[in-house]
Amino acid sequence: MTAIIEVSRLVKRFGPKVVLRQLDFRVESGEFVALLGPNGAGKTTFLRILSSLSRPTLGSVSVAGYSLPHQAASVRRRLGVVSHLPLLYGDLSAEENLLFYGRMYAVDKLSARMDEVLEQVGLTNRRRDLVRTFSRGMQQRLAIGRAILHDPEVLLLDEPHTGLDQDACDMLDAALRQVAVRGRTVVMTSHDLSRAEDLASRFDVLARGTIQGSVQRQDIARDGLLGYYRKTLELAQNNAKNHKAEAAL
Amino acid sequence: MSGFAPFMRALSAVVWKDLRAEWRSRELLSAMLVFALLVILIFNFALELESTVRANVTAGVLWVTFTFAGQLGLNRSMAVEKDRGCLDGLLLAPVDRAAIYLGKTLANWVFMLLVAVIVLPIYSVLYNTNLFIPGLLLTILLGSEGYVAVGTLLSSMAVQARTRDILLPILLFPVAIPVVVAAVKATGGYLQGLDITEIQPWLNLLLTYDVVFTAVAFMVFDSVVEE
Repeated sequence: MTAIIEVSRLVKRFGPKVVLRQLDFRVESGEFVALLGPNGAGKTTFLRILSSLSRPTLGSVSVAGYSLPHQAASVRRRLGVVSHLPLLYGDLSAEENLLFYGRMYAVDKLSARMDEVLEQVGLTNRRRDLVRTFSRGMQQRLAIGRAILHDPEVLLLDEPHTGLDQDACDMLDAALRQVAVRGRTVVMTSHDLSRAEDLASRFDVLARGTIQGSVQRQDIARDGLLGYYRKTLELAQNNAKNHKAEAAL
Repeated sequence: MSGFAPFMRALSAVVWKDLRAEWRSRELLSAMLVFALLVILIFNFALELESTVRANVTAGVLWVTFTFAGQLGLNRSMAVEKDRGCLDGLLLAPVDRAAIYLGKTLANWVFMLLVAVIVLPIYSVLYNTNLFIPGLLLTILLGSEGYVAVGTLLSSMAVQARTRDILLPILLFPVAIPVVVAAVKATGGYLQGLDITEIQPWLNLLLTYDVVFTAVAFMVFDSVVEE
């Protein structure tokens, strides 16, 4: 398998605050990686760097063989991004939103592709309705449609379940499974461990600005993902305490 | 995705999207229009001028109305992009970001000209002044283009801040002083029936401002929106 995302010694600073420290990350083509971690761990910042919306302070980042930030346009063409905000225009209909983004991405045979995507996310019968009349769950499904419209190699999802009720989460998961089945690489941040466990093939824990642990689905012990997550965070906390004690000496 | 055709495709997509969304909501235009009409009404009652003096203040009142109403539109136009994360959606597209800037500028220019199209006849009736002079209309075209060119760039900067509503006028008005002064002088010149040789320097200043600021904004937009 070949690496589609390669991140080495990534550092991101906002003024004096260091958000990401010497972060290494590698994703093989076709993997579905869930990036877990507490609030403020740097998950969103990391995804913003991968999606070319933010520049790394130090380190190297490459997506689909193109390095960031120098080849950002080539990376953007191969990326689909879904965040907790829908990135959709409320005063345009579902199909007008897709038409706009399709033009921006110069999608071939756009009309046919729009039909296909609307079918895939289950919004064909609401295609002419304004997005502002959609429920949060429908908006999020359309957001996935927008993100996969140009058939990207990599899909980045930043807490896509935020604010969704149970039914909407289930529908979103069904849409994500369809995306994964088609062999696309997916990196998803999430606070919802049970949903992440259902969807992903690999789980990475990001805390204190770096990846503290990584485990494949088949390697999760009997106490499940929650147990692994807690142990990894505990270990990270102990390591940080030890480093502080060593520094004090 | 470089080249003229992709650039024009992205530019036209942004203009189409802004005009279409505004056609549906009429949020931005109605706010600009109501504000503009209130301003000219308030000036009409507050100043209670003689008809001869009215002609002299018309240029100032008109441009105060256009700049303040325009500022409302510029703020709203970028806030809509930011609030639903759509600015990120635009920046994620594999297009030359200058096309996004020009698209937003063109759409804002159309909104400002639409306000002018409605305000001018009402102003003419209220102040009993003929504003339908070809040179004056050219001045409005040039003045509003310069104002919108620099305003779109600055609103994309201001929208990142929590205090964006206050920040935009603080950033915009000092930079827009040359274009407002030139537009007021040229408009006043046409209304007072001055010779074209006296108005020409102001038109030249407007044209230079438009070209310089559009070119500068075109070049720096990518850096301005970069996090």
